[in-house]
Amino acid sequence: MLAVNPLPWARSQMAFTLAFHIVLVPLGVAWAAMALIANYKAVKHDDPDALLLAQRWSKYMAVTFAVGAVTGTVLSFEFGLLWPRFMGKFGAPFGIPFALEGLFFFTEAIFVAIYIYGWRRLKPWPHFWTGVPIVVAGIGGSVSVVAANAWMNEPSGFTLNSAGKVVKVDPIGVIFNKAMPLQAAHMVVAAYLVGGFLVASVYAFGMLRGRRDRYHRLGFIIPFTVAAIVTPIQMGVGDALAGWVYRNEPQKFAAIELVPKTGDDIPETLFGHLDSNNQVVGGIKIPGLASILSDPADGTSTVVQGRNAFPADDQPTRSEANVVHLAWDVMVGLASLLFLLSVWYGLSWLFRRDYPRTKWFLRIASISGILAVVTMEAGWVVTEVGRQPWVVRNYMRVGDATTGNTGVWITFLLVLALYTGLGVTTILVLRGMSRRYREAGGEADDIDVPYGPNDGAGPAGPASEPAGVGAR
Amino acid sequence: MTLDDAVAVVLFFGVTAYALFGGADFGAGFWDLIAGGAKRGAEPRAVIDHSIGPVWEANHVWLIFCLVVLWTAFSTAFASITLTLFVPLTLAAVGIVFRGASFAFRKVVFRTRDRRNFGAAFASSSVLVPYCMGAVAGAIASGRVPAGGKAGDPWSSWVNPTSIVGGVLAVTVCAYLSAVYLTADSKRLGDPAMEGYFRVRAIAAGLVAGVVAAVGIVVFHHDSTYLFHGLLSRALPLVVLSAICGIGSLVLLVRGAGGVVRILAAGVVASVVLGWGVAQWPYLLPTSLKVSQGAAPSGTLWAVLVVFALAAVIILPALGLLYVLDQKSLLPGEGTNEPEPVAGH
Ligand code: HDD
Ligand code: HEM
Ligand code: HEM
Repeated sequence: MLAVNPLPWARSQMAFTLAFHIVLVPLGVAWAAMALIANYKAVKHDDPDALLLAQRWSKYMAVTFAVGAVTGTVLSFEFGLLWPRFMGKFGAPFGIPFALEGLFFFTEAIFVAIYIYGWRRLKPWPHFWTGVPIVVAGIGGSVSVVAANAWMNEPSGFTLNSAGKVVKVDPIGVIFNKAMPLQAAHMVVAAYLVGGFLVASVYAFGMLRGRRDRYHRLGFIIPFTVAAIVTPIQMGVGDALAGWVYRNEPQKFAAIELVPKTGDDIPETLFGHLDSNNQVVGGIKIPGLASILSDPADGTSTVVQGRNAFPADDQPTRSEANVVHLAWDVMVGLASLLFLLSVWYGLSWLFRRDYPRTKWFLRIASISGILAVVTMEAGWVVTEVGRQPWVVRNYMRVGDATTGNTGVWITFLLVLALYTGLGVTTILVLRGMSRRYREAGGEADDIDVPYGPNDGAGPAGPASEPAGVGAR
Repeated sequence: MTLDDAVAVVLFFGVTAYALFGGADFGAGFWDLIAGGAKRGAEPRAVIDHSIGPVWEANHVWLIFCLVVLWTAFSTAFASITLTLFVPLTLAAVGIVFRGASFAFRKVVFRTRDRRNFGAAFASSSVLVPYCMGAVAGAIASGRVPAGGKAGDPWSSWVNPTSIVGGVLAVTVCAYLSAVYLTADSKRLGDPAMEGYFRVRAIAAGLVAGVVAAVGIVVFHHDSTYLFHGLLSRALPLVVLSAICGIGSLVLLVRGAGGVVRILAAGVVASVVLGWGVAQWPYLLPTSLKVSQGAAPSGTLWAVLVVFALAAVIILPALGLLYVLDQKSLLPGEGTNEPEPVAGH
């Protein structure tokens, strides 16, 4: 077996599998809430379109939930397989948020099963309520995971002895580390934002293709409204988070804003990069803006610490800093675009009591899901690459955390192939489901899902036998 | 009981639950694998789908539970285990992806060919995963995982007599457990043909598992002395219990009795897993790391216990609700009125 330095491969594998898992997370967290909105509408106003929507959504959810669960399980293995020395040393504090998370996942898995299987035999309102724990657990689960991540940025709640061993742990201090509140809020809002745009974009695409019946309009309006409401909130939370990073993680901030030298009146650089002399080249500079945004109270006189303020091996390398900065531009740029799209939508409701009817709106809306996913991924790149070279900031370097196993390059290639297949198959399967739904019309849905109802009968209706049922 | 012991007990509780619930699912995959061609295997596969449908997801969260408790409360042991056993653990992770995803996909695709492909992926990984888990257990029990976050031998640690027995035992025990459950489910569904089908298989698998276990004891005598002595001393009551449950369940199966068999079969599995834990007590990694040496600081252990208590209050009733609804057929799943797959849709 070829012995290859595991570090870059382990990083790539972790980043790739996380980036994959995170796409499913917004669906797991936000889709259930949106299905419940439709479900509520259906039961309250006896609305068959909303009912059909809620039922179909819950079936798609079953598939994405299953893929989310298996990719999440892989992540749990990877903590050990890729970062055994990190886990061996810091498992005691780092693991605590995950123990909580387990609680939420369990709840989620149980109620997803009850909700999705319960359509036919449970009464409408009790059935509706079995969906609520999914939403609560989804939020709780992501808050817990992000608490673990925030702890890596802002480690607290433990004591090391002189040999560097963790000897005392304060669970509350670990979970409620200082980075946790804003990071968790930013992620939960992101989940609703991404989930909303992602689901809405499918229906926007359908409407562009001429499928504009009430069912499709509802399928667009419910998720898009959710997304349009949370997008402005996300801008606010993001701004607060950026301020927090400015004050508490100056190395990361210097990379984000691409600041080589400490100073005041720092410009905001759009794009551009650091060259080998550590000079900012290219890009568009907006004078003073980075200083103003860092601390609006002091305006352009705000001092921003630059990369020269820190030892070279305690901050991201030059190329890492370039990655962080680019990812930052992508996040903020796309966020602004999504914000404008939300404003457009909001104004249209305000003045015309309807969503914007122009083709251009639907065109942009139909790619908004992908844009939102890219935004979120970019945000994670800012967080993770910006923390380099630390895995636990100021306590453990990534290089000291890695496995000594020199075959990681093989597992990386294996995982790459496996997940490519998984991703493609998931999309094909979801598309196949949707095509069959369309061919079946608005009538009985006879598609089976991992935990799904077999037909589209009303929530409380007795089991009605769809046509062509085998005698079982 | 000290705090460390309490958390170790919680960990073994999780392992037992995973063996009982996840194990039955894996076993179902095994029967799926050998059910024969698309036509011949259609009926048993329908029963299998039906019986693991609503609950499979929740059943597998136990694995996450075990991993999290292990890495949180016994971090260095976790590091040693993952460093040493990365090959079987990687295989298991890949198998879990195949299994979970293809089970989900199989339900929603209609073309026979797609179903067959996803079905094959589901079924073969259902054998791979328990084998790897059993081999990992064998590696730990036979003392091949060193303490201190160090790596043991990447191959001989899991390709050795004890691990092979562990892997084969895991596969056969899962098959046995699941055939017993499927017998009961067929009965509940009012399908005497399938009831008979799975009863025969439950008996066969039970006999094979018994033989493997007996061979195992002999193998352990040579290959895993600490485990062997533990099994014949501290853990003897559990070994005897599992034998009694096993024999009892076979007798009842032959006689055609229903419900109680499930409890006995679960008793077999639980006592085997707990027997393993008791046999290697007080070691987490025999014979290099004791539970008390490997445990995290008390703050962490308390957190794990509190979460466990919360789980007992929140999760167990919810799980109970899920199983009750499922058993009362209030979650009408597949198999009752599932449309036939349409060839070449
Ligand atoms: C689609 C979602 C989305 C949107 C619209 C935004 N972000 Fe974001 N951002 C994320 C999704 C995200 C995230 C969920 O991907 C991250 C990664 C880690 C985290 O907690 O949130 C993130 C991280 C992140 C960080 C790094 C935090 C850290 O390392 O501790 C900062 C400073 C910001 N964001 C700031 C912003 C600002 C100023 C935005 C608006 C203009 C913005 N984000 C929009
Ligand atoms: C770093 C590591 C991560 C690990 C180890 C991890 C682990 C897991 C596991 C084991 C599952 C499956 C649980 C089940 O069987 O039900 C899962 C699903 C899930 N994960 Fe992750 N996860 C990680 C990152 C994240 C992040 C960053 C978020 C959110 C911010 C997140 C949110 C979720 C949610 C909501 C689910 C539920 C399933 C779904 O909705 O698809 N996870 N994760
Ligand atoms: C879900 C979105 C996430 C994405 C896209 C992501 C992305 C990345 C990337 C790009 C790296 C490699 C950094 C580098 O080497 O330059 C990385 C590393 C890592 N991430 Fe994340 N991450 C995510 C969430 C998390 C969470 C929630 C955790 C833990 C709770 C986590 C734990 C780690 C660890 C342990 C490493 C390896 C050490 C390191 O390179 O810092 N990540 N991740």
